[in-house]
Amino acid sequence: MKRYIASKIFSMIISILALFTLGFIIFRLLPGDPISLMLRDPRLTEDQIKSIKAKFGLDKPLWEQYVIYIVNVFKGELGISIYYKKPVSNILLDRLSNSLILLIPSTIYSIVLGVLIGTLCAWRRSGFASRLTTTISLVLYSLPTYWLGGILILISINFLGLPVSGMYSYGIEYLNSLEKFLDLLSHMILPSITLTLVSFGGFTVITWSAMVDIIREDFVWALHAMGYPSRVIYFKHVLRNALIPIVSVSAIAIGTTVAGAVFTETIFAWPGIGRLIYEAVIYRDYPLLQGSFLIITTSVIIANTLADMLYGFLDPRVRRS
Amino acid sequence: MKLRRQKSRNSNNIFTQLVFIVTEVKIGIAIVIAYTIIAIITPYIAPYDPLETDPLKILNPPNLQHLLGTDEMGRDLLTLNLYAIRPSLVVGLSAAIMATILGLFIGILSGYFRGFLDEILMKLADFLIALPQIVLMVVIAAIISSSIYSTIVIIAILTWPPIARVIRSAVLYIKELPFIEAIKALGSGDKRILFKHIIPQLLPLAIANTVLSTPNAILSYTALVFLGAGDLSEISWGTILHNAYVSGALAAGKWWYFLPPGVFLSLLVVALMLMGYGLEKILNPRLREELIP
Repeated sequence: MKRYIASKIFSMIISILALFTLGFIIFRLLPGDPISLMLRDPRLTEDQIKSIKAKFGLDKPLWEQYVIYIVNVFKGELGISIYYKKPVSNILLDRLSNSLILLIPSTIYSIVLGVLIGTLCAWRRSGFASRLTTTISLVLYSLPTYWLGGILILISINFLGLPVSGMYSYGIEYLNSLEKFLDLLSHMILPSITLTLVSFGGFTVITWSAMVDIIREDFVWALHAMGYPSRVIYFKHVLRNALIPIVSVSAIAIGTTVAGAVFTETIFAWPGIGRLIYEAVIYRDYPLLQGSFLIITTSVIIANTLADMLYGFLDPRVRRS
Repeated sequence: MKLRRQKSRNSNNIFTQLVFIVTEVKIGIAIVIAYTIIAIITPYIAPYDPLETDPLKILNPPNLQHLLGTDEMGRDLLTLNLYAIRPSLVVGLSAAIMATILGLFIGILSGYFRGFLDEILMKLADFLIALPQIVLMVVIAAIISSSIYSTIVIIAILTWPPIARVIRSAVLYIKELPFIEAIKALGSGDKRILFKHIIPQLLPLAIANTVLSTPNAILSYTALVFLGAGDLSEISWGTILHNAYVSGALAAGKWWYFLPPGVFLSLLVVALMLMGYGLEKILNPRLREELIP
């Protein structure tokens, strides 16, 4: 087990290094990178150009620039946001918790919903339920997340009156923390419905195919022969065995969920990391863009590694191979 | 002999077979053809000039003159939505073709020559698959430029990994078939084996992958434009949705501005996916026997 964990952590570190290298390539080497744009300003004097180059290490050879970049990123020195006029790392820390408040409950809802519906589909294989689910997940997959969110906003504005933007109501003094919490909850309803709708389909398909594999095994036949009702066999015995592959494949779904969060936060103006990507693009705030890019992708890699470890923990065959 | 017959069934009759398959696929093909025709003749059927603004008709709800209403500059939204079909099809198809070519190239390189290169390329592919694609696309597009051409290239260089994986496993399978060994024994070099025997067998798979990646490319293009990292001067569904959001029309509940682009987009995406599934079923002989009596 220890060796398994060590190998997973090792490959995680390699991936993160690859990621930072990608960041270096995108933000330093591609044409139109922020620093060379800054240097092209005609008002700059010779000395100023020199001092800017020295500050970002541009006067040094490329490999040294690369090392400086990696070290700075590891230390969390990501520069100063042009729009917010604050260090990027401080903004990221503020925003990260806001994102998690939205993401964690929504992910739990979509896993529960996906596993339930997937089990139901495997149980009633050729029935109406599975046809309906295939159609619904195809349609949900083809709908852009931000559009689905926008439709919920339109429904809310015209009929429901739920809050559609931000985390808290604007300019309200709260009497106590309960009131503040309820305000937060009401703001969470629509974004979390959107996120759940776009990500439960993936979990449904994963559960479904894992269940179909398990159903063919001998012990299921034995249970049928022993006269257990099929409801018990499916929801108790087959589902329990299917959970292992579900965990492993769910790791792949993390990237999709995060992409969904970027769109959901954008359309609902939820002040999280995903919304930060949109703001950075709109304001052409490159340090902020770089920071939010690095933190989103790094979290995805860490989450993937954790899911892998959980998989190895659940299934001894994996960590032995 | 058996192999040759199978090959001719695969490559020659794809489209004739496609038509005889289940209803869903027929619907898919019909919708894609309808969109293509509309994309070609848009300037003749669109009711207004897409750039014609009218300060007296700002954000009008749908009416008889403007079937889908007008936007914040008084432009006709039906016209804009129709004009948006063409760039979506062009970007989607070109990005998918480019991604397939990249995937073919990398998949063959990995699968046929194996070794250290294979390991590096597949590690890179896994690395890219695990990351949220759209975040990478937005970041690169925001840095390089937002023209429609760079958008195509960016989508292509981030969507090759799954295609390369499929191609690689096909190459691994074909490479081990007895006839390749026989050809090798007859003295054929790598070049001849690759170009005469392996690549022709991969083509049907490549076509299916192109069709299957087109809807994703269209969704990515729209998402890029919506997030402000694409070309906002080109009329596309992403531009309409972006403008509806930024101008505050969405927050004001102007449904006719935000709803139709998504419907147009999803219909096309679903149609392309149905077509892709149909192709996949034809190209996979085991599935095909269940479908065609």
